[in-house]
Order: sequence, then C-alpha cells, then structure tokens
Amino acid sequence: MSRKPVKYYQLYHLTAAHFKEVIREPAVIFWGIIFPMLISLGLGMAFTQKSVVVHNVGVIADQGSAVENNSNIGGVLEKYAKELPAQKGRGGDYRLTIENPRLGDTAFVFTETDWETAIVLLKRGRLNLIIEDAGGQIRYHFDPGNPDAELAYLKLSKALEDGAVQKPRVAQNIDPLTVNGTRYIDFLVPGLIAMGVMMSCMWGISYGMIDKRSKKLLRRMVATPMRKSHFLMALMAVRIGMNIIEALLLFIFACLVFGITVQGSLPALAVIFVAGNIAFGGIAIFVSSRTANTEVGNGLVNAVVLPMTVMSGIFFSYHNFPQWSMPFIQKLPLTLFTDGIRSIFTEGAGFAETGLPSAILLAIGVLFFSVGLRIYRWH
Amino acid sequence: MEPVIEVRSVYKSFKGVHAVNGVDLEISGGGFTALLGPNGAGKTTLVEMIEGIQKPDRGEILINGMQWKGNEESLRHIIGLSLQETRFIDKLSVREILRLFASFFDLGKKRVSEILELVGLESKSRSWVGNLSGGQRQRLALGIALLNSPKVLLLDEPTTGLDPNARREIWSILLDLKKRAETSLVLTTHYMEEAEKLCDHIMIMDRGEVLREGGLDQLLAEDEREKIIEFTLDAPGLPKDAIAGDAPFPIEWDSSNGKGRVALDNIETQMPVFFDFLRHKNLHMKNMECRKKTLDDLFTEMTGRRLHE
Repeated sequence: MSRKPVKYYQLYHLTAAHFKEVIREPAVIFWGIIFPMLISLGLGMAFTQKSVVVHNVGVIADQGSAVENNSNIGGVLEKYAKELPAQKGRGGDYRLTIENPRLGDTAFVFTETDWETAIVLLKRGRLNLIIEDAGGQIRYHFDPGNPDAELAYLKLSKALEDGAVQKPRVAQNIDPLTVNGTRYIDFLVPGLIAMGVMMSCMWGISYGMIDKRSKKLLRRMVATPMRKSHFLMALMAVRIGMNIIEALLLFIFACLVFGITVQGSLPALAVIFVAGNIAFGGIAIFVSSRTANTEVGNGLVNAVVLPMTVMSGIFFSYHNFPQWSMPFIQKLPLTLFTDGIRSIFTEGAGFAETGLPSAILLAIGVLFFSVGLRIYRWH
Repeated sequence: MEPVIEVRSVYKSFKGVHAVNGVDLEISGGGFTALLGPNGAGKTTLVEMIEGIQKPDRGEILINGMQWKGNEESLRHIIGLSLQETRFIDKLSVREILRLFASFFDLGKKRVSEILELVGLESKSRSWVGNLSGGQRQRLALGIALLNSPKVLLLDEPTTGLDPNARREIWSILLDLKKRAETSLVLTTHYMEEAEKLCDHIMIMDRGEVLREGGLDQLLAEDEREKIIEFTLDAPGLPKDAIAGDAPFPIEWDSSNGKGRVALDNIETQMPVFFDFLRHKNLHMKNMECRKKTLDDLFTEMTGRRLHE
C-alpha cells in the first residue's frame, strides 16, 4: 500500500469532479458572475453619475395663482422658469433650472397648491419644501430634520437672493474630486469582490458539503481509500479558482465601464485575496462540520454571512455604526478582507499595510479549518 | 477454511435503543449470506459496523483476520460496498463518477470500462447520474462497489424500491459474481425471495438479534412437511372469536377482508377435519391455496409479524 503524502491521481480526479459539478450548474454563472456585475452597474450608476438634482417645491396660492398675483415668487417664476405642460388634475408646474458646470445642475419644480394639499404632499414625500409670499418676503417651510429639505432650502434661498437665477455663476472656490479612487464605485467594487469570495465559499463549500452529507455521499466516499484531506483540498482549490475568475471578470467589467484601477501593489492584492479565500474556506468547513440537515445548514450559513454583509462596510462605510462597535466590526474577517483589498485599490497600499490583515486572515482560515476537520462528521 | 468475516458478540445502541444486541456471525470465503429482516431489525447497523462506518459498543469484528483499528487503509482496499440509497453527484456522468471512485483505488479507464459492461450501463456512460432511473442508479452503486474487485462485498438493501425487472437485473449480476467464487457477499434485504435466490446462508434478524440461521433447506427442513393453507370465506366481517375460538388448529383470521391462514403438518388427514369444521360452522369457502412454507411464514411464526411490516 503506497503511503505517498500526496496522491496526485486521486487529487486530480477529485478536483476535476468538483470543478465539473460547479460549472455544470447554470445558476453559478449568473449568481457568481453576472449578478455582481449588475450590482456594481446599478449602484455605480445610481451613485456615481451626477445627473440633475431635482427638488420639489410647493408654492402656496391661497388667493388665486401666485403668478397672476404678481407676487415676489410669481415674478421670478414668470420671468425665469419654464412652464410645464398641465397634468391631469393639476395646474401647470414651473421648472427652474440653475446651471452649475462644477457641481451639476439643480432644478426646482414648483407646484401651486393650497396649504392642506401641500402638507399632504409633504407627508408623502412628494414635496420637500413649501414656500409662500408673506408681504413681499418669501417664507420657507420644511422639516429641519430632513437633510434633503434643508439642502433644497439652502440652494433655493441662495439662488433667489444672490441672483444666480438670472446669471449662473461658477463657484471658483469649489474643486470637485472626481479623480479615480474617490468615487463611490471605487469604494464599492473592492467590497463586492470581498463579499463575492465570502458568499461563494460559504454557500459553495458549506452548503455543498452539508448537501453531500445529507445524501450520504460523504459516507460512501470515506468508505473507500480516498484521502479526506485530498477531498477538502480539491474542494478549496476549485473554490479559489472560481473566485479568482469571478473577481477578475468583475474587475475587468468595472474597469471597462467605470475606469477603475488598482493603485497599490498587485502582489499584495494577490496575497490578501488568497488569504481571504483561505479564511472563508476554513470558516465554511467549520460551519459545515456537523449538520446533515440542509435547512439547518441554510440558517448557519446565513448566520455567518448576513451580519458581516451588513456590518463590514461592503456597500457603505461601517463608520456610520456607533463608535463603541468599531473594535468589534473592525475585527470581523470580512472587514479585514474588505478594508485590505480596498486600501490596495484606492489608497495605493502594499504589503506594509496589508501584511498583517493577510496574516490574520490566513490564521483564521487555518484555525477554523483544523478545528472543523477535527470535529468533522463524515458519516 | 479461514473465515472472511468474523463478528463476535457485537452490541450497539443508539439513545438507549439496542440496534444490535449481541450478534455473532462467521462468513467463509466465497459465500453469499443474507441478513433477512424487517425494517428496524438492525441489519444496516450490523453491516455498517462490518464496513467500519460505525463502531460497535462492545464485541469484536475481524475481516480477513484484521481489526478495523490500525488496518483501515488495507481493509478499504479489499472491501466493496453500497449503502442504502446513496445519491451520487447528479451533475457527473456515469463514466465520470466511476472514474472518480476508480481513482481512489488507483484504477484507471480500463477497469471503468469493464465495470460499465459488467453492470450493463455502457449505453448510459455519458448520461448524468441525476437522469438515471432507480434501477440504473442501483446498478451504478453496485458497479462502484465492484470497482476494486473486492474480496468482501457488502450490499445494504440493493434492490429496495425497484420494480421486479430492475431487481432481476441486479440479481443476475450478483449470480454471475457468485459463479466466479472470488467474492464473499453479505447483503441485507427484507425480500425473502432475494435471500432465497441469491444466498446459501440466511440469517433471520429481528430487534437486533439473530433469530435463526442456516441454509435455506436447513431453515425450512424442521417443518418440511408443514404446508400453509390460505383461504377466503364468504363471510366478511366475521369476528375472530367466531372462527378461531374452537377450531381444531390455530387459525389466523383477518376479519376485514375475510381471509384466513392455517398451518397443517399433514394435509392428508387434517384437511378433511378442517373442511368438516367449516361445514359445521356453516361457513362457505370461496377460495383456497395450499403452498409450501416460506421464510416469511417462518418469520411470522417466530415474531408474530410479517417481514414487510
């Protein structure tokens, strides 16, 4: 009986079998490759392209039309705003656009209405600012707790007061930051790559193993001279391979569509990427070590995946969470992984910054893997 | 001849239930043995202990004179097995799954082709496992069990849930194997016919114990003359007491469908007595069948239950 440390023939066939099993599932292509691209496209578009910002303003016209009354507001609207075609059940609205080549254009849509209707529309979020003419002075009504309303007030009042309505002025003291690395998409893509690795490991390995156990396939396989270590090695290798392909495709996509670049060290990126894969591979083995029930498995995987997806700053900075939670959040594997990848992408970081997180991720992986293997239920 | 499998007073319980309760067994090389019993008799637990998948609480198991402990690698090479309802990877083809399992034994393409022929799956070699019928799946499981030309083959309910045709296909593969006399087989089943057809040694198990064992002839020899009469009366709903109460022989009576059963040692003298009894009771026979005693009858006598329950 051969006692070679690695049986390559067996390892090759195990890897091939795992690989075929993965790629023959058409859903893998969608969820692993197309879906992350769609998220990056959707969120990237929503938060990156500065389109015209529209504020809806209610104009109180208790005694007939404000425009016809020739009030202060009416004068401005008459002169500078464009009357919009009348809509069903409503009078004509006015649209006032203030151009600003640096910050993007702002448009105000004015709707003439009475108090009661204005309040209803405010409650529904259709208006965020109500104005009325009070003896030649414009009075503004809005909820001070609503940042959007406050912004609309600041912009409108400034425009009406300093005459930006008549002549658009360029704010010389504003210098917009649109260089690569500071946009939302630059923040998002590294997060999506990290999350993709976690999801793929947790669902692919954990759920796959629990499913194989529930089908008694594991039990059947370990009743042969198969090496258990080879089985798990092949599983992790296929996962890491798939993750590299998925991350690369997402990166190429984001590169072509949004012009994303990696500003830091590529070797450091490769190292932390593999370390992250090992960390989540290890956690996945640990999570799947006992149960043979796919529904319990579902819950277990979600219990790991959901909190980290929410807390680790994938979509938005975790600094919005309370200060006391920072030490905890920053130690989560997904936070370590995301922060590391992101710093290489956007801050130009290298081994000096990501060496420690990479080592911790590796240690997490090895720890969970060895504990998981020790308590693993093959039968 | 040196026994291939020796099981000595083995016990195993789960949460206080005695699944296997002091079983001894000895199987010699080339023999085919059936563990016959209803569901929950402890057959699977016993077989899985022989397979090294479960550990006995007490007792000793030797295969080829070796214990599992310390000899796992060697034993895995000489054992072939199929578990109850294993689901292989649905998205692999028949050939691919055989190649995978062959690689565990360092076997290559040639052996895979031989197995495909042996279990009659050549035409399905490119089909995905997920698309196979129940019978084809069981033949694949059997093929995988035979890959390493095992000295000891352990099959756990290889034909449960299959239609008669698919069952006969499995039987014919196993009978071919028997002719070559290189493999010792232990199979569990609750089909009496399967045990009778394939195996020369039968162990009847119930509630973790072996009730009786021996060759088929040996098991039935003690009651060789005994015949079973199964009859239907034109009296549905007749209470059991009304017929079994003062009968000359013990009668089993199922009042729901009007069917009864009686075991007779000597039909020549006892049949007239039985007919007189019915006439006296004014009961009319609609149907009657006289047959030899089977393992199922033997099991019912020992336990009061039937094998399929």
